Amino acid sequence: MADLATRNIAERLTATGTGNALELRGVSKYFGALAAMEDITISVRPGERRAVLGSNGAGKTTLFNCITGDFLPTRGTVRFFGEDITEFAAHERIRRGLRRTYQISLLFTGLTVLDNIYLACCGVSRNRFSFVRPRTDDALVSSAEDLVKVVHLEDVKDVPVSNLSYGQQRQLEIAMALSGAPRFILFDEPAAGLSPTERSELIEILTGLPSHMGYIIIEHDMDVALRVSQSVSMMHNGRIFKEGKPAEIEEDPEVQALYLGGGHD
Amino acid sequence: MADITTTPSRRRSLFSVVEDFESSKPTADIPSDDSNLSWYERISPAWWVLAVVLLVMPSIASGFVLNQIFGWAFILGMIALSLMFLAGYGGMVSLIQMTVAASAGYMMAIFGESAITAISLGWPWWATIPISLIIAVLFGTITGALAVRTDGIYTIMITLAIASAFFYFTRQNYVLFNGFSGFNGVLPPMLFGVDWRDPTAFYYLTLFWATLAYLAVRYVSRAPFGLALQGVRDNPRRMAALGFNVNAHRIAAYAFAALIAGIGGILLTWQSAQISPGTAGIGPVIDILVIAVIGGLGRPIGPFIGAIIYVVLKIFAIDILNSLGMAGDRFQLLVGISFLLIVFFSPDGILGLWDRWRESRGRDRLTGEIQRDGDG
Repeated sequence: MADLATRNIAERLTATGTGNALELRGVSKYFGALAAMEDITISVRPGERRAVLGSNGAGKTTLFNCITGDFLPTRGTVRFFGEDITEFAAHERIRRGLRRTYQISLLFTGLTVLDNIYLACCGVSRNRFSFVRPRTDDALVSSAEDLVKVVHLEDVKDVPVSNLSYGQQRQLEIAMALSGAPRFILFDEPAAGLSPTERSELIEILTGLPSHMGYIIIEHDMDVALRVSQSVSMMHNGRIFKEGKPAEIEEDPEVQALYLGGGHD
Repeated sequence: MADITTTPSRRRSLFSVVEDFESSKPTADIPSDDSNLSWYERISPAWWVLAVVLLVMPSIASGFVLNQIFGWAFILGMIALSLMFLAGYGGMVSLIQMTVAASAGYMMAIFGESAITAISLGWPWWATIPISLIIAVLFGTITGALAVRTDGIYTIMITLAIASAFFYFTRQNYVLFNGFSGFNGVLPPMLFGVDWRDPTAFYYLTLFWATLAYLAVRYVSRAPFGLALQGVRDNPRRMAALGFNVNAHRIAAYAFAALIAGIGGILLTWQSAQISPGTAGIGPVIDILVIAVIGGLGRPIGPFIGAIIYVVLKIFAIDILNSLGMAGDRFQLLVGISFLLIVFFSPDGILGLWDRWRESRGRDRLTGEIQRDGDG
């Protein structure tokens, strides 16, 4: 028993990718014969901010789904802060500090903004199964109130989510991803459909995150993606074909030909 | 390009939200705001009237009405309430609730006292009631653990299959369940010097537990567990992505519902002083679903409204049918027709009819806007 424990610790310490926040090795996902993702190997350091770019159908959201456990990869391993989480259920990964937002907002439209964030805070606390209603000075309620302020939704915190504008719903998505103590966040196209003002607000929120909080962001808008990231991975047809600094990627002729359609303004 | 098209719509919706916020402000500042009231001032007068009527009922109603109509309706309402909790808040239509209730009743007969002295152990009430409830909750939880792996129609099928199995098992097992005839003479204990068999005492007993179950469901629906359950109903994938173990939550909901159904089952057994396989036959099992749907699955009061309608129909259908020159034993025909009519005109039951009526009364005839003043 003790032997097994020491071996597990030793295994963890020497495992490839220890020291990385997220480490994917040879991850593939097939839907029948269709390869949505093939042989993806990525490592992201703690606190690193990475953008994943690629055209529609490049496999970006599939990548996220494999990391968060929405479905299991066909092959390969996923490590989160050194721990092999390939086979973990989605909620187990979230409890270890992984968070994500969804491309299409998956919110509880009948509940208010505060209730949505409160639920997100409950999910990663021991209060999940509480049959007792929270008091107004409850720690989870006050942390939910704080998150409302982070994403500038104070004015609408008691409004049902179905009455929010699209941009406000996207902001709420981000607040829910920040609940608890996130160590690493996956943002799936947070800027899609936002107005220019909202985009600059989003950039402000993302760059204002504490420096230990790393993230991967999928984003079509190059202006947003390159401003909030330190490194970029380009995906095409389910594979990563280029990695580098934002400036290198922007100048890369191959990237421009494939993704930007020969240059952008 | 995309920005140009999205900006105006965003402006408009943002504006309307601000407007809503502004228009709700005046009411928030006047002292009649909910949060400034003490708990009893927040309860609408209609509830106080209902409470008084229910409390003085024994002085105006006969023993038959108290026991056979109200007592029975409160009990069936509780069992249907446990289904409402699962279906309304959890999105799980379970046909096991009547069976869970019957299992609690059977345990009361087996561990406690009944006329079948060869089987009944004759333990005192303070041992039999907790044991019966624990076994009922275990039964409901295990069924839940099997059922949560399925969705929609398959949940109905799996719970119906277990309910049928329970029915046939109790009918064929004579060693423990005394087969076809079951147990009679299962009486409530003489407690605090009160004969709980007396219609008035039994009326208050069922009223107390039905009210408690109703308040518990209302309370839990706004507690973290209930909120999360509604989240699981609306969006299980998202709930998993927030760190919730979706299946564990659903199973816990089955356990909570089984507790309510179990209390209902004990009262049901005392009410008729007997428990037999027919108590949880396929008919009664489906009747619980009918009661919950007739009343409405939207709010916890729905099952009780459904239960009153069901009981009144069931008891007076014979007289109505006889007066129409039809055979009295066709009361299921009336229940069935009422069910069809209600579901046809209002898929969300009587509660839905009520909500729409209130809405149409509050609607401005010129603008069609709903005014929320008056009896909010």
